[in-house]
Amino acid sequence: MSALSSLARDLHAIVGAKHVREARAERVTYAMDGLPTHRRVPDLVVLPGTREELIAVVRLLAAHDVPFVPRGAGTGLSGGALAGDGSVLLVLTRLNRILHVDAANARAVVEPGVVNAKLSAAVRPHGLHYAPDPSSQSACTIGGNVAENAGGPHCLKYGVTANHILALELLLADGSVVDIGSPAGEPWGPDLVGLFVGSEGNFGIATKITVRLMPLPGAIRTLLADFHSIRAAGEAVSAIIASGIVPAALEMMDQSCVCAVEDSVYAAGYPRDAAAILLVEVDGRNPAAVAAETEDVTEILRRSAARSVRSAATEAERERLWQGRKKAFGAMGRLSRDLVVQDAVVPRSALPDVLEAICGIAQRYGLVVSNVFHAGDGNLHPNISFDATNPELKARVEAASAEIMSTCIAAGGTITGEHGVGIDKLRYMPMIFDAESLGAMHAVRKVFDPDERVNPGKVVPLHACREWSSKAVA
Amino acid sequence: MTILEKVTALLGEGAVLEAGNDRVPRVAPGSPDAVALLLGTAHQEGWRVRIEGAGTWLPSDAPADLALTTRRLDRVPAIEPSDLTATAEAGIGLDQLRQQLADRGAWLAIDPPGLAGRTLGSVVATASAGPLRHGFGPIKDHLLGVTFVTGDGRMVQSGGRVMKNVAGYDLTRLQAGGFGAFGVIVLVHLRLRTLPRADVTYLLEGAREELTQVGEDIAAAGLTPAALELVSPALARRERWVLGVRLAGSPALVSADEAGLGAATGGGRFTPIRAEEAHAFWMRLAEGFAVRPVTFRIGGVPTASDELLDLLQHQLGDEWISASPAVGAIRWTGDASIDRLQRLRRTLAGMEVPMTLERAPWAVRGAVGHFGAYREGVGPLVAGLRRTFDPGGALVVATEGS
Repeated sequence: MSALSSLARDLHAIVGAKHVREARAERVTYAMDGLPTHRRVPDLVVLPGTREELIAVVRLLAAHDVPFVPRGAGTGLSGGALAGDGSVLLVLTRLNRILHVDAANARAVVEPGVVNAKLSAAVRPHGLHYAPDPSSQSACTIGGNVAENAGGPHCLKYGVTANHILALELLLADGSVVDIGSPAGEPWGPDLVGLFVGSEGNFGIATKITVRLMPLPGAIRTLLADFHSIRAAGEAVSAIIASGIVPAALEMMDQSCVCAVEDSVYAAGYPRDAAAILLVEVDGRNPAAVAAETEDVTEILRRSAARSVRSAATEAERERLWQGRKKAFGAMGRLSRDLVVQDAVVPRSALPDVLEAICGIAQRYGLVVSNVFHAGDGNLHPNISFDATNPELKARVEAASAEIMSTCIAAGGTITGEHGVGIDKLRYMPMIFDAESLGAMHAVRKVFDPDERVNPGKVVPLHACREWSSKAVA
Repeated sequence: MTILEKVTALLGEGAVLEAGNDRVPRVAPGSPDAVALLLGTAHQEGWRVRIEGAGTWLPSDAPADLALTTRRLDRVPAIEPSDLTATAEAGIGLDQLRQQLADRGAWLAIDPPGLAGRTLGSVVATASAGPLRHGFGPIKDHLLGVTFVTGDGRMVQSGGRVMKNVAGYDLTRLQAGGFGAFGVIVLVHLRLRTLPRADVTYLLEGAREELTQVGEDIAAAGLTPAALELVSPALARRERWVLGVRLAGSPALVSADEAGLGAATGGGRFTPIRAEEAHAFWMRLAEGFAVRPVTFRIGGVPTASDELLDLLQHQLGDEWISASPAVGAIRWTGDASIDRLQRLRRTLAGMEVPMTLERAPWAVRGAVGHFGAYREGVGPLVAGLRRTFDPGGALVVATEGS
């Protein structure tokens, strides 16, 4: 019996045979995440159903010195949840219980497999919601959000995942369990919760997650503004930010993206002839304040050369406008067989120049690039439509992606705002961090996981790290 | 060669300041590279180094071979009002930074305890937020990235200068509130806001329980104050407890909240105060925490605020207290023995409430520690991180106490 078969048998005893996927046809389902340019078929896939089963599985893997990769819903966009090279994939979607809701203090404790949107739905009767809202929120899990420090359109006002995680129960690679953070958010010492969030599974698994909930806004106003040029739309973004008003969301879509949405079942009534549209949402608990700020934003948009500014008159219209934005990635499936959703951040004032530069890159490489992004944060998502079965085209996409990243870095930006590094952006890490800083990250990872068995080969490019322990005094 | 001679040879005479009362040589490197050079040498030589900013917060009394002060790292390399970001060296005083930002129409929405000249690095390293935490969150929410120098002289960057960033692990959050145990912060990238076009403060005096109820009414009415702070009589220098409400933001938001404040509290109960008076009120509050010997903060869930205030009153006395009840954050300052502080920390730990010692003489913080009462398994992680960033133990920081 091979070592793998023996391990699988031990895993059957913990989670039950039907929750261990051994056949290639089953394992291949997990070979990709939301990014079509990377593919790895895991050797084994395990789906524990309880915290206790998960702990037992991790302890078994520790005993056999087997690396593993935690995975939520697999909606990630950096190849971060792919398992290869002898790794076992731990799929956490069955750990999907909301363990506790403390409505009076606006907190909830959840298992990692709870779907983002389901948490908000569950606490809605208490007048609360979970604010981070990635576009994939109907499928992605809170555990995955924690690993990636996920964002979303409404993070402009409410902050990203890191701003909403108060405490965590961690399962480390050696099978030990550690509690960090507190229900109030004040740490017991250094902010290990802040360090863990966004570590892309490299430090262990969050088995219980205490999140901060937010009161539902008392009033919401959603505006659709359209522009004759991307530059004008970018300048409108700067003008709104400079006014001191912080919209709940400030999203931009270019013409290519607008047309893809309007051609799809998600058609939202966006004007096809606009070079760019802005979706601006103003919300708050005080309806009078929201009304006054909406008037101010409308005036700014008009002064910034918006061709028209339309306010959603009904909740149904608002939902339609948002559906177009949130399903834009799906709608772009109409443009080609595959889509690379890129992710980078630039200073907000650099948006007009960087968008023009991206347009130039797309033309030079003969590619279709559509932009739909969080303009208020300067968080770009240039989406490249292509056919991954064409190796020459795939190579052009890779080269164009690298050039887009270089452009964003040159503008003072960074290589990822919310999708993570995973394996896709390993090669760009030395462009923004020196060897010493990468070495520091690697050393921190080894504090949590000395043998580097959790999600190996992700986030930090080891070849680019300076050796960290050489300076230690014995 | 003495330590002083070696340091002078390394960084030049201009970097050596007059020693303090304890005669420990005080060195003020003029650049982040000089900090790295100094700490690299300290590591090799086995010197113990204490970290200082402007010397207005922690007493300069930790036993060390050398005091490293960041006060010459006082440049502001970048303020970008259109992007609402800035980059500042860690040794700049908050008063100076605030002024430079205001000149460009920008605002760093923090009001930490301490004197006006307290350094930015000190505020970040201790993660000490003030009343504005109610509306704008803890210190870490205002950070885009930091550059720090490890105890063995390595310069490490984390984060960046843009509004969102998930490239690599978030070492910035480790530094915010690390009390220097994981390195010396030399450069900070900040997230700013537009200078509020409207900024008004209202005060209400009364019994603590009554004001707590008013605070709950304000929250229930959906108002969004920048600060909602409950202040003890001694700290506020008033006869009774004071609830301070600060509304700051766009004129539209502030005037709507002003109307709501009247409606939520039965109208006319709060007294608006003039801008200069408001400035003095909030400054006095901040400075009050730098006067008494011991200052600590605790964080409980909002519904526990009353119980925690009672506990502090019972175990340590009323003294000087300021609390953001809706956030669950409470800060206490006064005089307290080591034994009482340790006992309080144990009691609070049983209630799932961490206590962070922010300021105290070395004898107290060395025994009590800035941190403590770790949950099982946390201690080894913290120790591992300490070894990673200060392998020779050069940095004198009382993390867990003795």
